[in-house]
Amino acid sequence: MIHICNVPRYQAPSAEELAEMRKHHVLLRSFDYERTPIMRGYTDKILTIDVGEKSAEIADIPAEVKEKFVGGKGYCLRYLWDAVNPQTRWDSPENEIVMSPGPIAGITQYGGTGKTLICTISPLTDIPIDSNVGGFFGPYLKFAGFDALEIKGKSEKDVIVVIDATKGTISFEEAPLEHFDAHVLCEELTALYADDENDKKNIAVAAAGSGADHANIGMLNFSFYDPRRGVTRLKQAGRGGIGRVFRNKKIKALVCKIDGVKANLNNAYDFGLINKTGLKFHREVANNDTKQNDMRGVGTAYSLRTLADYDIVPTHNFKFGDAPGIDEMTAAVFKSDWLTQGAADGCWYGCSMACAKASDHFLLKTGPYKGQRVCVDGPEYESAAGLGPSCGIYNPQEVLEINFYCDTYGLDTISYGTMTAFLMECYERGILNKERTGGLDLTWGNAADDLEMMHQIARGEGFGLIAGLGIHKQKEYFAKMGWGDINEMNDFGMEQKGLEYSEYSAKESLAQQGGYGLTNKGPQHDEAWLIFMDQVNNQIPTFEDKAEALYFYPMFRTWFGLMGLCKLPWNDIVPADNALTDDPKMVPEHVENYLNLYYAMTGNKLDVDGMIRQSERVYNFQRIFNIRMGKGLRANDAIPYRSAGPVFEDEYLWREERYDTQLVELAGYTEEQVKNMSLQERMAATRKYREAQYQTLIDAVYPKRGWTLGGVPTVEHLKELGMDLPELLEVVEPLLAEEGA
Amino acid sequence: MKRLEKNEALCVGCHQCELACAKAYYKVEDPAFACIRVEDGWDDAGEYRSTIHICNQCGKCSEVCNTCVIQPNAKGVYMIKKKECVGCLMCVGFCPEQVMVQSDERTEPSKCIACGICVKVCPTGALSLVDD
Repeated sequence: MIHICNVPRYQAPSAEELAEMRKHHVLLRSFDYERTPIMRGYTDKILTIDVGEKSAEIADIPAEVKEKFVGGKGYCLRYLWDAVNPQTRWDSPENEIVMSPGPIAGITQYGGTGKTLICTISPLTDIPIDSNVGGFFGPYLKFAGFDALEIKGKSEKDVIVVIDATKGTISFEEAPLEHFDAHVLCEELTALYADDENDKKNIAVAAAGSGADHANIGMLNFSFYDPRRGVTRLKQAGRGGIGRVFRNKKIKALVCKIDGVKANLNNAYDFGLINKTGLKFHREVANNDTKQNDMRGVGTAYSLRTLADYDIVPTHNFKFGDAPGIDEMTAAVFKSDWLTQGAADGCWYGCSMACAKASDHFLLKTGPYKGQRVCVDGPEYESAAGLGPSCGIYNPQEVLEINFYCDTYGLDTISYGTMTAFLMECYERGILNKERTGGLDLTWGNAADDLEMMHQIARGEGFGLIAGLGIHKQKEYFAKMGWGDINEMNDFGMEQKGLEYSEYSAKESLAQQGGYGLTNKGPQHDEAWLIFMDQVNNQIPTFEDKAEALYFYPMFRTWFGLMGLCKLPWNDIVPADNALTDDPKMVPEHVENYLNLYYAMTGNKLDVDGMIRQSERVYNFQRIFNIRMGKGLRANDAIPYRSAGPVFEDEYLWREERYDTQLVELAGYTEEQVKNMSLQERMAATRKYREAQYQTLIDAVYPKRGWTLGGVPTVEHLKELGMDLPELLEVVEPLLAEEGA
Repeated sequence: MKRLEKNEALCVGCHQCELACAKAYYKVEDPAFACIRVEDGWDDAGEYRSTIHICNQCGKCSEVCNTCVIQPNAKGVYMIKKKECVGCLMCVGFCPEQVMVQSDERTEPSKCIACGICVKVCPTGALSLVDD
């Protein structure tokens, strides 16, 4: 086991190199500004940057926007809506990247309170994507005086934007000598803008990486300086190609510099209540974590073996849900051999859950940094499952190396893992071969060629350019080339709305099929992670329970994105007596904590209904935004069949007994009938049953959400929410008329 | 290492140590603001006794701090660099003896610095300062 006290500090970039870099910086334009102090979690200011014009403007956020959109994701979507039109695509100059940390973000006393929400029109889905990220940038942006940042335009040359709250300046600079890959770039910029070693913690950097130049699955890294290790670490706004948009605007990095973090920079209404609530939480983690999920020891990857026992871990592109190889990457293995123990691994101050684990001085075996020792973050569950078992890879060293390169190249680990698994299945089925991949052997488990494919993405060459498209566009391309059948690829290509699935095989959880399929942004567990509740804990057994959960939880979980909160401290640690409460799956004491934090920050009382109301406004706004951009109706909520059932024969045979039994117990066949059916007939009957279940689920969920059966929010519902805004009615009314609603 | 040591057999539960500590650092005679904690109650053997919780400079507070602002001085006493402290309170929550102090009047917590004020006021010699 590796303990933090035995981990040597990382070497900082040399002073000579830094001096050379600094010498080559060119100041293009600079603005002075006066920092607005934060009051009760808000500055009520938005900073708009045009990287094409090199302009910066500060505007008030109107009271009605604050009332209806609250902050975080709400602000991002509101300002993005105003910036774009239905014809806007990801690379249009008017497309914006909008980020906002939310009113509770930046407190230091409670776990998971440093999140930033980011929205843009996605290159994968052509609709708004929202992604949340830890690290320093969002809270520092607020401390610098802004509740939100919107970035528009396109620069001709690579540019960095520096918000220096210590001087009150916003500047556009060229920084030509710094690297592009995030782990080096963030380290360099942190060192360059810090006054000294001690000041490094006051620098936040947002940067993508060289892969994001070429790949639609490009993501955005947010840095956080780790003073114990002496290294700049990274968290990711992974989903939906935000990094691709960032690089398309030729932004090399954003830098934010502040004076320092203190306990009450948010100027809370009731600072004492924040302290009390936070301290209670810390004590709970201190007492219970090792008895519960051991988040401090292993992070989110703790659940691999447990989930595999329920056939939930995607293996071979979600074909199966378990494999013996998963025993090679259990929590115990990561803990004993790879992840440094005893470190305060929060991605924001005060996160006692500390799940941002790291593998220290990890020796890279491939790529441009081969032979170097680096700090690898994670792997989180999603990264471990997607990059590992889904691609038939079970070697932690290989998973960590792929994880590292995804991060530094600015590629989303979830999309990369799911996409690579799709390509490997295409390879297995003959849709791809060595000739078509330019020599890459994409057989299951071939980590070396998997990595080479990623290096090709970063170099923008060879098959890497096809790999960077994402599954949706790959399917179209392979079909166009006559390599594969589009219907078959639609069945096993794990994407919906253009976004790659995150890493839960939902075949045995109807609630999770809806949890993925009925989301706004695409199949992502962020909105409705119900699989544990449904399949593992059996807490929503009836159809009605599942439908209700698909109304309630997306709204409840959206609230975290309005506030700037991480969802993990809600239920990855629970009070010792949680099982004795009326509704253990809701973790009532933690919900109370969140309501207390909201009150303590803003001075406004809120109950659970009020929480859901805040979310519902933004949720319906996003649904209508999707419709406005061309997706967001019932047809767009269809899911690839693999998400619901077995596509191929070997997949059915893997759990033949289960599927046969279900035909009898659930689908209404007699045992005799099933016995006499061919494999193909049983597969077809299973498919018919499962696809019908999904449609019935939609029929139950949409009305609960206040939508028509076509998936359109009704005018009555919008009125009830106070969201009958003219621009929303303009989108929904023609559709409602068509539907006769 | 300079640290506080206890001999619970000598403790009479007068709580003078708590009051002196709180008064010295927080100007209040309230045990909630003391970096030492005395609990009185019946033990398993049916005897009424006092249990003293002291900071033994174990360093857990330093380990959980992700700002690295709690470091031992030359004498091995863990000190908080308050200027750099972000007031996250993780150290307070994770202290195995629960003897760190948080006050809403201040933005940083405090801990025992082995100053010996509690030792001086203890009438029975249940507390002592050692330097080993």
